Amino acid sequence: MIATESLSKRFPRVTALDRLSVDIGPGVTGLVGANGAGKSTLIKILLGLSPATEGRAEVLGLDVAAKGAAIRERVGYMPEHDCLPPDVSATEFVVHMARMSGLPPAAARERTADTLRHVGLYEERYRPIGGYSTGMKQRVKLAQALVHDPQLVFLDEPTNGLDPVGRDEMLGLIRRIHSDFGISVLVTSHLLGELERTCDHVVVIDGGKLLRSSSTTDFTQTTTTLAIEVTDSDAHPDGTRALREALHARGVDTRAEAGGLPGAGHILLLTATGEETYDLVRDVVADLGLGLVRMEQRRHHISEVFTTSDEQRKEAVGHGG
Amino acid sequence: MAVEHPLATPTGDQSRIHDIGYRGYDGPRLGRSYARRSLYSQSLRGAYGLGRSVKSKVLPMLLFAVMCVPAAIMVAVAVVTKAHELPVSYTRYAIVTQAVISLYVASQAPQAVSRDLRFKTVPLYFSRPIETADYVRAKFAALASALFILTGAPLLVMYVGALLSKMDFAHQTKEFAQGLVSVALLSLLFAGIGLVIAAFTPRRGFGIAAVIAVLTISYGAVSTLQAIADTQGSGSAVPWIGLFSPITLIDGVQSAFLGGSSAYPGGTGPSAGQGVVHVLFVLGLIAACYGLLVRRYRKVGL
Repeated sequence: MIATESLSKRFPRVTALDRLSVDIGPGVTGLVGANGAGKSTLIKILLGLSPATEGRAEVLGLDVAAKGAAIRERVGYMPEHDCLPPDVSATEFVVHMARMSGLPPAAARERTADTLRHVGLYEERYRPIGGYSTGMKQRVKLAQALVHDPQLVFLDEPTNGLDPVGRDEMLGLIRRIHSDFGISVLVTSHLLGELERTCDHVVVIDGGKLLRSSSTTDFTQTTTTLAIEVTDSDAHPDGTRALREALHARGVDTRAEAGGLPGAGHILLLTATGEETYDLVRDVVADLGLGLVRMEQRRHHISEVFTTSDEQRKEAVGHGG
Repeated sequence: MAVEHPLATPTGDQSRIHDIGYRGYDGPRLGRSYARRSLYSQSLRGAYGLGRSVKSKVLPMLLFAVMCVPAAIMVAVAVVTKAHELPVSYTRYAIVTQAVISLYVASQAPQAVSRDLRFKTVPLYFSRPIETADYVRAKFAALASALFILTGAPLLVMYVGALLSKMDFAHQTKEFAQGLVSVALLSLLFAGIGLVIAAFTPRRGFGIAAVIAVLTISYGAVSTLQAIADTQGSGSAVPWIGLFSPITLIDGVQSAFLGGSSAYPGGTGPSAGQGVVHVLFVLGLIAACYGLLVRRYRKVGL
């Protein structure tokens, strides 16, 4: 879908992208980075709107420098910022945008009705956009990016400004864009946690450099922290301690949960390195005859990826070599 | 395009609503030039408030009426008095009504471009097949066409009236055609100036004020200077001064080439040589406005 090769973008004062080489396949891909990491710059280059300083990029097999217009016909874009005029209705606006993508008038109207329904806008679509809630505006923004049935959409921070429920709905919608509509998605966010749930693949960039590119399953396997809580039994009055010692004997280090929450002392944290860690914990707990109260994954934030990034980069190089 | 999904409903159960799911689009994609035309027609309609709220229709429609009514009255008077000439010539009409035209440009140029800038809709356009130049051309052409309708419609009223009152057909047709050429130039020039000013002021209010200021102040200054030059006995300077405001520029062009009688003080329009300079100035200004707009939108981009 997208391939870049030592893509760089330098402005007089800052380097927005620094020899970025990444290969993105079909499906939902998350592009994660702190603010100013180069996410928006990358999207601009991929849309053929801003020339790269060096390197090359292809979208849908088309070169961004030479085939910008052809790419933009097949690609949708939802910007991060507000971009809707308040004095027209969602229907009028999306019809107009469909025509700007080259759809004939009748098809533009039909696709608009369909798309607005799919993003969850019904009767309110005839009212002026000025009166919409943030969540509804985000849906209109998404609809204008999908109305011409693109093969790929770029969604720039689609969950920005939404409350937790709106965020979940938007993430569900993004998932459906691929699973139901068959459109590949490149979605940016500065929250790794929410992308983990939605994406098949996550690309992390920082300071214009590629930090990490892997499928979400790899991601969770190498970075997941497991939280484990067990019951006490007659044989082991302090089940937590017994488990810690038993795991230590098998070469697995554990640590206590930080923070003074009630019951925190009863929760063990350990780093899962793959399926076998889960099996090991299960077997050890069973051997000790303890009850397993919980074994759950702790989600990571982008900051954790950054703090452990050096380690991981070495690891990635090791794997790559 | 609605034919491709087979009916999933078993017959006899017609009352249930089925989600037919997502349907792709494999119809034609008409590309850049179609998108440009769509933007043009949407902007042209918008310049008269069509497809917008009732409130935004009021001013353009009112100004359109204000332009046409005097022409209709003139025609009525000419018909009743059986005059052989219209009281105001085709080329003079736009000069006389310039305040109305300026007001129209001031109100609609910001509408055409400032809205897209202010609400940041511009990136949505440029993430589609059209390029910067397409956007600028569509907006420029739309406002110029809207102005041409505004300034050309009263001329048409006058022409039809003149023919109905059996004035000389050949003479009227020639003057009507000259009038149309003149207002076409005026439309392009005013649209260009209005759009450039509006494109640099995302706040609509400022845009309106700035356009009115530029058009009226330049006209006020130029006509004052011309009057002074005329009374000081340096009448030859009058046409040169006329180069510096849009409306006197158009006046100069039409009195040199389009059979217009000049509104310059002293009534002497530019000579043929000066007329050429006027024409070049008009064309140069139009081109400069276009260039500035393209440059401006390169920057705005995404």
